[in-house]
Amino acid sequence: MKLSPALASWLQVGPLALILIVFFGLPMLVVVAASFFDFDHMAIVPAFILDNYQDIFTDEVTLSLYLSSIKFAVIVWAITLLIGFTVAYFLVFHVQSLLIKIGLFLLCSVPFWTSNIIRMISWIPFLGRNGIFNQVLVGAHIVPHPLEFLLFSDFAVVVAYVHLFTLFMVVPIFNSMARIDTRLIEAAKDAGASRYAILREIVLPLSKSGIALGSIFVVTQVMGDFFVVKVMSGGQSASVVSALSNEIQQLEYPPAAASAVILVIVVVLMVAGILRVVDVRKELAS
Amino acid sequence: MSDAASGGSGRASLTRRSLLQGVAAGAGVAAGSGALTGFPTIWAQNIKDITLVHIGGSYAAIKEIGDQAQKDLGFKIEIQAVDPGTQLTRALTQPKSLDINNVDATQLPFLQGKGVLKAIPVKDYKLWDKTVPIFTTGKFPDGREVSNQGYSPIKSCFWEDASAKKLATKPTEFLTMIPTLFNADTLGIRPDLVGGREAVKTWGDLLDPKYKGKAALVDYAPVGVIDVVMALEARGELKYADKGNMTKAEIDKTTSILIDLKKQGHFRAFWSNFDQSVNLMASGEVVIQSMWSPAVTAVRSRGIDCYFVPLNEGYRGWSVGLCPMAHLTGLKNDCAMEYLNWFNSGWQGGFIAKQGYYSPVPETAKKFLTPEEWDYWYEGKPAAVDIMDPYGHLMEKKGAVRDGGSLWEREGRVVVWNTVMDEDRYLTKRWNEFVSA
Repeated sequence: MKLSPALASWLQVGPLALILIVFFGLPMLVVVAASFFDFDHMAIVPAFILDNYQDIFTDEVTLSLYLSSIKFAVIVWAITLLIGFTVAYFLVFHVQSLLIKIGLFLLCSVPFWTSNIIRMISWIPFLGRNGIFNQVLVGAHIVPHPLEFLLFSDFAVVVAYVHLFTLFMVVPIFNSMARIDTRLIEAAKDAGASRYAILREIVLPLSKSGIALGSIFVVTQVMGDFFVVKVMSGGQSASVVSALSNEIQQLEYPPAAASAVILVIVVVLMVAGILRVVDVRKELAS
Repeated sequence: MSDAASGGSGRASLTRRSLLQGVAAGAGVAAGSGALTGFPTIWAQNIKDITLVHIGGSYAAIKEIGDQAQKDLGFKIEIQAVDPGTQLTRALTQPKSLDINNVDATQLPFLQGKGVLKAIPVKDYKLWDKTVPIFTTGKFPDGREVSNQGYSPIKSCFWEDASAKKLATKPTEFLTMIPTLFNADTLGIRPDLVGGREAVKTWGDLLDPKYKGKAALVDYAPVGVIDVVMALEARGELKYADKGNMTKAEIDKTTSILIDLKKQGHFRAFWSNFDQSVNLMASGEVVIQSMWSPAVTAVRSRGIDCYFVPLNEGYRGWSVGLCPMAHLTGLKNDCAMEYLNWFNSGWQGGFIAKQGYYSPVPETAKKFLTPEEWDYWYEGKPAAVDIMDPYGHLMEKKGAVRDGGSLWEREGRVVVWNTVMDEDRYLTKRWNEFVSA
């Protein structure tokens, strides 16, 4: 028996489409619907009101939360990109032996053998006022007093994010760099291109899809986080999602749903922006 | 033990045996009833098929207590420790997923009128006349009125009628909950880092510039704000008509002072769970902060000095109890009532005393404490022997004295209770602004 081409395509998209509809589409619809509901003390009332959105857009806290989350996203994106690109470049172009290449690549994933929470929490004793790092600095007479800004600060939040998310940058960039035809680079060398020129004219453009994918991973994770911010800032900074989670704790589901919808829109716009700069589909197809 | 019991009065034991089916259950029940008075009192064929789901905060919903109840009563108790948000959500949206709701008194305003809780007729609770008077009459044993700022026991303990719709805020014939433990909270300090136990005497020190960058608050508005308000009042910066029920204007003034302090870097952190409060203190990141009594103990058990300091202005009090859920009927309901009556019959009171909490029926808890333990925990006398925690670990060395003294020296000085304000939503909103400022 031979399947018609149309049926074959439907069967191929079917499973993923089904999963997306059931586990993403429908829940998202529920969230959107709930965002228009009314609520009183501890009960949700089906309705169609715009108050939840009005509250979000008229509350100045909203803007400061988004600015703070976006600030973290941009800083973390820049640092992870620099580190991720460098690590991937080193692995692909400097390490000659395939075995060592794979070995080092696996080494990058070693930290992921423990849980996110453990990796983040372990920064606390390290960066604390009486932590290891401060003891070393004071002991070596580099600073007279322990540095306070290391822990429970924006600095600590960025450190934890970079530690948690750099691998998400390394992997896709490594992947796209590994597919660069080495003959291109040899040809460029023969034509007298400097190392920097090769990097700028060949490696960077051909790694664009990896950079875009890595950026999407990092930006969406930072925008959607509340736990790292909360723990590493000692509860002193908030993020969009931490405000949302406060609302959920107080059973204020409709405003939380409205915040979630806004956040999804913002993140989709950010992803769309990244994809507009880099056409990942075209890059992957080539 | 079970042999002794069956040997004692043959007929009763035989009946019990044949009814309860199964040697293990019989032995457990007999052993328990030997130690306690008159449990179990329900004799039914199918009692061992009953399971009561008991949910509450980890400080109160303790597995060991459920296990002991199961042994004494012959039906199953499933203890689930959850965070307050989950507890409230489950009680409201999936009320049938639990049978006994181990609430903090401040959860009751959110549960009233929702049809999820069942009123407990006072006459069905056998230990009410032995309960300390702060719950029954709103007075201290010496006759003074208990402070009514915040959700005092008398405000939270009674329903208006059997429908369990509205808190009465005064004694009636229907209890909202069987109170199971209460305590008085204050600030925790690191005596070695602030210049000794005597260095901190007033709530005002929480906001004293000398502790800049070394103070922390609990990131839970209804409690955190009370700690701050105690401090502001002590420093003479603000006066409150009712600290337990602030007006919008009072909330605004308080928040703006807090935001200023935060911007000056006064607070090192805001903690949201027990563990964080312990680590902040143990690591020396913080030297003065909001704290719970077992967290102070946890720091001390690491060999680091930490002190729950008695302060001039008094304590912040709180109480916790058990509410049966409205869906309970028939035999299961009988078992629930049996469980509630068992709860304050002594074993639990003895157990939680060793965590620093008080039983609302101290005379039953006394039977489950050694005289030395009783003197230390309830009477405020120097420990005559080493004091152990409920799990048998060393807690305080011989000679130690409990911070603040005896039960009524501590609890008698409660000036405000954990609370839910009329402007609760507004308070939360402003508090979130402060935390994210």
